[in-house]
Amino acid sequence: MKKINSREELLALYEQYQSLLDLRKEEKDVSEKYHISVCGGTGCTSSNSLEIVEELKKYAEIYHVADKVEISITGCFGFCERGPIVKIFPDHTFYVKVTPQDAEKIIKQHIVEGKVVEELLYKNEKGEKISKQDNINFYKKQHRIALRNCGLINPEVLEETIAVKGYQALAKVLYEMTSDDVIKEVSDSGLRGRGGAGFLTGQKWRFAKAAVSDKKYIICNADEGDPGAFMDRSILEGDPHSVLESMAIAGYAIGADEGEIYIRAEYPLAVHRLEIAIREATEAGLLGDHILGTNFSFHINIKYGAGAFVCGEETALIHSIEGKRGEPTLKPPFPATKGLFGKPTNVNNVETWANIPVIILDGGKKFAELGTENSKGTKVFALAGKINNVGLVEVPMGTTLREIIYDIGGGIKNGKKFKAVQTGGPSGGCLSEKDLDTPIDYDNLVEKGSMMGSGGMIVLDEDDCMVNIAKFYLEFTVEESCGKCTPCRVGNKRMLEILTKITDGNGTEQDLADLQELAHVIKDCSLCALGQSAPNPVLSTMQGFMDEYIAHVRDKKCPAGTCKNLVNYEIIEKNCLGCGLCARNCPVNAIFKTDRPAKNPRLMAYEIDGSKCVKCGTCLHKCPAKAIIK
Amino acid sequence: MKSNKELFAELDTFIEEKHNDPSELIAILHKAQGLFGYLPMNVQQFIADKLKINVSRVYGVVTFYSFFTMVPKGDNVINICLGTACFVRGANDLLARVEEILKIKNGETTPDGKFTLTTLRCVGACGLAPVMQINDKTYGNLKVDDIDGILSQY
Repeated sequence: MKKINSREELLALYEQYQSLLDLRKEEKDVSEKYHISVCGGTGCTSSNSLEIVEELKKYAEIYHVADKVEISITGCFGFCERGPIVKIFPDHTFYVKVTPQDAEKIIKQHIVEGKVVEELLYKNEKGEKISKQDNINFYKKQHRIALRNCGLINPEVLEETIAVKGYQALAKVLYEMTSDDVIKEVSDSGLRGRGGAGFLTGQKWRFAKAAVSDKKYIICNADEGDPGAFMDRSILEGDPHSVLESMAIAGYAIGADEGEIYIRAEYPLAVHRLEIAIREATEAGLLGDHILGTNFSFHINIKYGAGAFVCGEETALIHSIEGKRGEPTLKPPFPATKGLFGKPTNVNNVETWANIPVIILDGGKKFAELGTENSKGTKVFALAGKINNVGLVEVPMGTTLREIIYDIGGGIKNGKKFKAVQTGGPSGGCLSEKDLDTPIDYDNLVEKGSMMGSGGMIVLDEDDCMVNIAKFYLEFTVEESCGKCTPCRVGNKRMLEILTKITDGNGTEQDLADLQELAHVIKDCSLCALGQSAPNPVLSTMQGFMDEYIAHVRDKKCPAGTCKNLVNYEIIEKNCLGCGLCARNCPVNAIFKTDRPAKNPRLMAYEIDGSKCVKCGTCLHKCPAKAIIK
Repeated sequence: MKSNKELFAELDTFIEEKHNDPSELIAILHKAQGLFGYLPMNVQQFIADKLKINVSRVYGVVTFYSFFTMVPKGDNVINICLGTACFVRGANDLLARVEEILKIKNGETTPDGKFTLTTLRCVGACGLAPVMQINDKTYGNLKVDDIDGILSQY
């Protein structure tokens, strides 16, 4: 693209490029021309969505409709469970679980004949087929701000970003606002950091502006380390320019001319899209020297992480960018006064950045209309685990867990019973049934013993053992502890040993008391947020599910049947058909035929030899009469 | 296959492009691991000399980050995701099955150098949980019974 030299030129291009999105804006049932958007996020590309694009193009040629249909990739639609997703504009037909083999059908039936391909439509819980995205329950309660362009534009084409008001907020800031105006607008919005701690963004910017220095830095924290959270990746893949634009806005506000994006090495697609975006934006004069013909210059570099969870903590992240071990340091000094290379630095996370252009263009007050008293706007959650609709959901703050899990998420998988939802990743906690109607915001989650974290939300059902879940998170923290401070390095390891002892069936009630004491010491004494929050999964599961802990130590039973050492398989003789399927499938020959009659009196019942049983559960799954229990 | 000399020359060029700046150490290590497959001591020493820093600092960084390895990897790297979403959907059983088939433990390489088995925390494809990656290919919605068939393709 040629260089854009002023705000007027940018606005003119905005008008000019509207035609690119013509088909995608207004919904029409009958059309001469079509636009096919294929999801190009990591989830869908893992299921061959790029191959679908190739096949669609091929069949568009074969059926002579290449001039009638545009085919492009787009960012994540969020409905990852049903991927790959293909959406047809202008009729907004939403196809799910599409394979490359379906491409011919889509072209022939939908594009040539104008008929919807029924078998590719989404089916709801009642088995009804739903053809339009907006009518699917998963989308009905969502309100998309941070994800506004994901699934709409092609992230690899700058023109499309400009057509959805891309870089207009930056232009507004550069041409109309002082740095104080910008900070005031962000403060008015009440936006809090979406990465975990929830610090007020406007305040953070104010501190960084107040610091006096010849050089300042902006950092985008894209080290999305919480297992089970993938909103930042989806924003970077689906709308990379929104992050670049916002970093430049913050640069203007605090007086920085350089920005660094610190991104996980595990996200190659996001890196690829960012590289394209930075190159295109720089060519167009939207980044680099003299942005939009003004005196403001801002350069952005990409820095790679190398697999360390602690680098999500801002001081550790800064050390990592400096090419050092990613170990945190004590705050203060905060990065706002002494950050990257000792200079004042403002760090925000990807989702926080993605909200900024909307705040600048529509006003902070408008943004603050959404949400609860102290948590404004929306939050993106990565809904995963034992739930029907896995995916990314963006809802206003204050939405209840029940709405997210049942209305949007479609309830628990395989009709099982809900047990808990884990929020906030390894730093968060588990909420139980009684918390389902709590409006979600930063403060309510902390009060309930969990935290917002980056927005991971893992749903657990009756088959999940809460002690085992706490152990899982502790294993994670022990592995990821950087080792700098003793409470975190040693304390968490001791906690993990106790938890392992309990799940192995050797726990005592004294262990439960020790766990709690140790947890509080680690919380109080650790150096950084990783250690301070590491005991949360243990404390919150002890708070909500103490009965399970007690069952493990006192009765030596795992109520969920997950902890193998505490499970015994048994054949109920009166239900046993005597078919012998269990015995034939047992890998260790632990099941033998008795001389007692089975339910079918011509056959003999079977029995399990507990001393040989390895508790693999094969017999339980194979038994046609459900005569085996654990 | 490039000779060792060529690999070092390429690494040298890359370091020059980064102006021998020690703050680029992580990027340089990524490059070096891409070239050599792993980061043996002589490569670390080479980098330390070029950046004029102690090799202990390079070693400190290499051992801190899980992405870097000092042992060579097999031809095919199997990564099993042990993020929470995959964990609650049975990723541990997949890991056990792969260990059983290849007769190696997590983190090890088969004696013939064909496979290395590692785990990672979340590839962000939670909609497909449980997930396994082999090299650049991602396999999703896996069941234990799928593993044999997938491994036999390599």
